[in-house]
Amino acid sequence: MIIKKFVLVSLIFSALLMGCFSGNKTVILATTTSVENSGILDELIPLFERDTGYKVKVISVGSGQAIMMGRRGEADILLAHSEKDEESFMKDGFGIERKPMMYNDFLLVGPYDDPAGIKNSADILSAFRKIAHKETLFISRGDNSGTHLKELEVWKHLNIDVSKKRWYHETGLGMGETLNIADEKNGYALTDRATYLTLKKNLKLIPLFEDRKNLKNPYHIIIVNPDKFKKMNYEGARALTNFFISEDVKKIIRNFRQGQYQEPLFIPF
Amino acid sequence: MEVLFKAVKNALFLLFTFDRDVYEIIFLTIKVCLTSTIISAVLGITTAYLVSVKKTRQSSLLITSINTGMAIPPVLAGLIITVIFWRSGIFGHFEILYTPLAMIIAQVLIAYPVVTAISLSAINSLPEKFIIQMIGLGANKIQLFFVVIRELKGQIFCAIVAGFGSVISEVGASMMVGGNIKGYTRVITTATVTETSRGNLELAFAYGIILLLMTFVINLLFVRFQQRKK
Repeated sequence: MIIKKFVLVSLIFSALLMGCFSGNKTVILATTTSVENSGILDELIPLFERDTGYKVKVISVGSGQAIMMGRRGEADILLAHSEKDEESFMKDGFGIERKPMMYNDFLLVGPYDDPAGIKNSADILSAFRKIAHKETLFISRGDNSGTHLKELEVWKHLNIDVSKKRWYHETGLGMGETLNIADEKNGYALTDRATYLTLKKNLKLIPLFEDRKNLKNPYHIIIVNPDKFKKMNYEGARALTNFFISEDVKKIIRNFRQGQYQEPLFIPF
Repeated sequence: MEVLFKAVKNALFLLFTFDRDVYEIIFLTIKVCLTSTIISAVLGITTAYLVSVKKTRQSSLLITSINTGMAIPPVLAGLIITVIFWRSGIFGHFEILYTPLAMIIAQVLIAYPVVTAISLSAINSLPEKFIIQMIGLGANKIQLFFVVIRELKGQIFCAIVAGFGSVISEVGASMMVGGNIKGYTRVITTATVTETSRGNLELAFAYGIILLLMTFVINLLFVRFQQRKK
């Protein structure tokens, strides 16, 4: 009995090990939950893998964590939407190349009856000011993601310290979960358009403020600096970058689920 | 309620149309969880036996540590394995983070204390007379081990099933060390999380139902196997 078990274990183990040490054909892509939740990578990555033979490991975390993974050399390529963090990442020499891939915009969503009256606000600042003034519930990501940092930037601009406000709740979760919580609790939330559209069918929340020009949400690709990390797969990251900015991919991004949502989730640069 | 009804329909549909993605996820889940359960069983039963037989002054401390290990949160197990195995970690050169192997290691960390603790309490419940008798009958050390295990097979079996239950239901560790990569390290629990955050609640529930069905079938096989041996 025990011997049989040992044979079985070692068989399974060796089978697994063979699959694991596939060497330099794997590329680790650290990206944000908003990209992953939209499902667009499920469409793009298989195409890339089929054409090049690389295996891409998509690790979806908040932009903050994605950039941290880059700083530690745990990822080969980043797809993030956190401009300031990305810029300091480049300045500190952790990335060798940063290219715009696609964009959408941020929306301020909230309950249908809009208790803070933010509809028709002149700009995002005044919309946020109204929420703070009325002390209506605001649900924040609280996870250092691009969306979270964007939101903090606005609060900072208004000189409002939200960290101790009772009407301000941090979830520490991804965009999808945060929207669901805001929906249940009738709170306001800042979201990227892709995640909102993806979840729209389950939400009672409606977009109350949008400003495509000033609330632009750009996604950049960053190749991690191979001089800093020996184990980094530069060729793979380079190939994936070229693929992401190719004309074919731009077309796929533009058409991605257009029919389903009546508007694009992402617009290629 | 409508969501649940749709989910049941959805689950059955996915199972009987042999949806490729779903079956890939199911097979990976079985492969990872069974492997980690078997490893935990072998290690756990042996540890329990050794701790029970070799009573030392540190025994109570050791037993307390094992019992504490039973409560290890899967995310903590995941975090430990991540820090050890990522590229800059001490075992980084193995490059096993974000692979099924990493998930197995993390799950062993979760199931091993469970199997050990339950086996240990079973072995400790054995009357000392039994052991003395067996030694008297001329059993050597290895024979004694197998006799004890055979005597307690019902409880040992329970320990293994509990270990299996702890790994098949965990999501935190698999998510962290496996990375939830589609077609590679996405298991049923992490797929459920993904579909929930994508707003596909019916599909998320469907995965939940499939998980329960699968666990039911595996447990049924376990029980059958045990009864046949009696």
